[in-house]
Amino acid sequence: MMRCPEFRYHAAKTVEEAASVLADHGPKAMLLAGGTDVVPNLKRRQHRPEVLVSLRRIPGFAGISIGGDGAAVIGPGTTLADLALDGRVAAEWPGLSRAVGSIASPLIRATATLGGNLCLDTRCNYYNQNYEWRQSIRFCMKAPAPHGSALTEDAGGSVCWVAPASPRCWAVSSTDGGPMLAALGATVELRSKARGKRDIAVADLYNDDGMLFLKKAPDEVVTRVRVPRAAGQKSAYWKLRRRGSFDFPVLSVAAAATFSKSGEVTDARVVLGAVASMPLVLAESASLVGKSLTDDVIAEFAGAASRHAKPMDNTDFQTAWRRKVTAEFLTGALRELRGDDPRTMGQLGRRVARGASCLG
Amino acid sequence: MPDPRIRLTVNGDPVEVTFGGHKTLLEVLREDLRLTGTKHGCELGECGACAVLVDGKPALSCLILAQEVDGAAVTTVEGLASDARLHPLQDAFLECGASQCGYCTPGFLVTARALLDRKPKACRGEISEALAGNICRCTGYIQIFEAVERAAEKMGGEPPR
Repeated sequence: MMRCPEFRYHAAKTVEEAASVLADHGPKAMLLAGGTDVVPNLKRRQHRPEVLVSLRRIPGFAGISIGGDGAAVIGPGTTLADLALDGRVAAEWPGLSRAVGSIASPLIRATATLGGNLCLDTRCNYYNQNYEWRQSIRFCMKAPAPHGSALTEDAGGSVCWVAPASPRCWAVSSTDGGPMLAALGATVELRSKARGKRDIAVADLYNDDGMLFLKKAPDEVVTRVRVPRAAGQKSAYWKLRRRGSFDFPVLSVAAAATFSKSGEVTDARVVLGAVASMPLVLAESASLVGKSLTDDVIAEFAGAASRHAKPMDNTDFQTAWRRKVTAEFLTGALRELRGDDPRTMGQLGRRVARGASCLG
Repeated sequence: MPDPRIRLTVNGDPVEVTFGGHKTLLEVLREDLRLTGTKHGCELGECGACAVLVDGKPALSCLILAQEVDGAAVTTVEGLASDARLHPLQDAFLECGASQCGYCTPGFLVTARALLDRKPKACRGEISEALAGNICRCTGYIQIFEAVERAAEKMGGEPPR
């Protein structure tokens, strides 16, 4: 049986208070939102905070409102279930509803939050294991042996087991909200005691590093997520995982585009999730502007863009196959943007569409 | 660091409990409140055996620190029956053979209860989606879906008591 380690629990009543505790304790403090990923990592000793700063009791930290400009302003404490079931979000940003409605399982979505999903720890088959498992093969660089441990002599802690010759960690970005919100041009507001408020695009929130995967500083709290409204925008989210529930993505395509009256793309952003340590915003998206999404245009885009997917052998499925199906997922998402019903796109499309069909 | 003390309503009764501050709600329910109906499964949110209702919403008690639910109303499987009368879901699980080894059953029951509270006439698709976070390794799920449908019929489309 795995239990959480000892920690001091601090239930912040305001964002300022949470930021203040982070500032006072530095890396020894850790934020706790829904806790559905943090608590397993506490049990397995990936995290060993001295202070856990709970965000659950901050008034107004959860909730969805639509501003006068049509943008959605989402409190980071909003549960994934509440976001996935929101009719206004589903009508305007269907890709976002599908992305967050696909996360984990309904029981987890009832507790997990959007802010937590955006800041979700990166994942790796060599990292998401219990303490003894990791100790037995020697610890990796992402979760070294604890300081003061009697076994530090040969405990490891400097190697990446999926690429032992590599100087960096290759743990995988596994957020579903991140790629979709990046595709939608969303921004987050961050707040710290030292530097006050700042806004950052979700597309710029991540680093290509399995350990330092967030550009959010450790003393910053995500205080707001803003999703702009673009007239006539279409969005779609296609996710690969072994089971239709529970599993984290091993590949995802988040796509959003606006179209002219004659059907040409006027703006597009396509993002690959779960194939690197960060969501990959595809530069090829700009090549879609001015074109109609014909089969030829989509095929050319999918062929070029899928080359960015270089999955490592540290999640589920064979890497070669995951690379190969990337073009199919890109094709499906773009076909959905142009109006094709995913349920008419074979087994894969039916499976992608199924997740959203019974959520209400 | 003194052990924390929280107040809860558990199955309708006010409760005060002192416990090790690192404990999850599941550990406090089973070890400090001796409510062992809620089961200890995977401990990581991957099975649904520990599901309870927190303020009427389903939640995995193995993933929630007990200190997080100070002041909340918690419903466990022990709180479904009233006096000696089983909840219609429990009756239907018996009648449909929706329980074999039984270890997953408390989690399925409270999750299904939350669904029928929200959607008294849930269709098969809604039932299977709502229960997609609960794993059963015995039944193959069909009897469980049938039991939830039968319970919904028994309750006549009304939210349970």
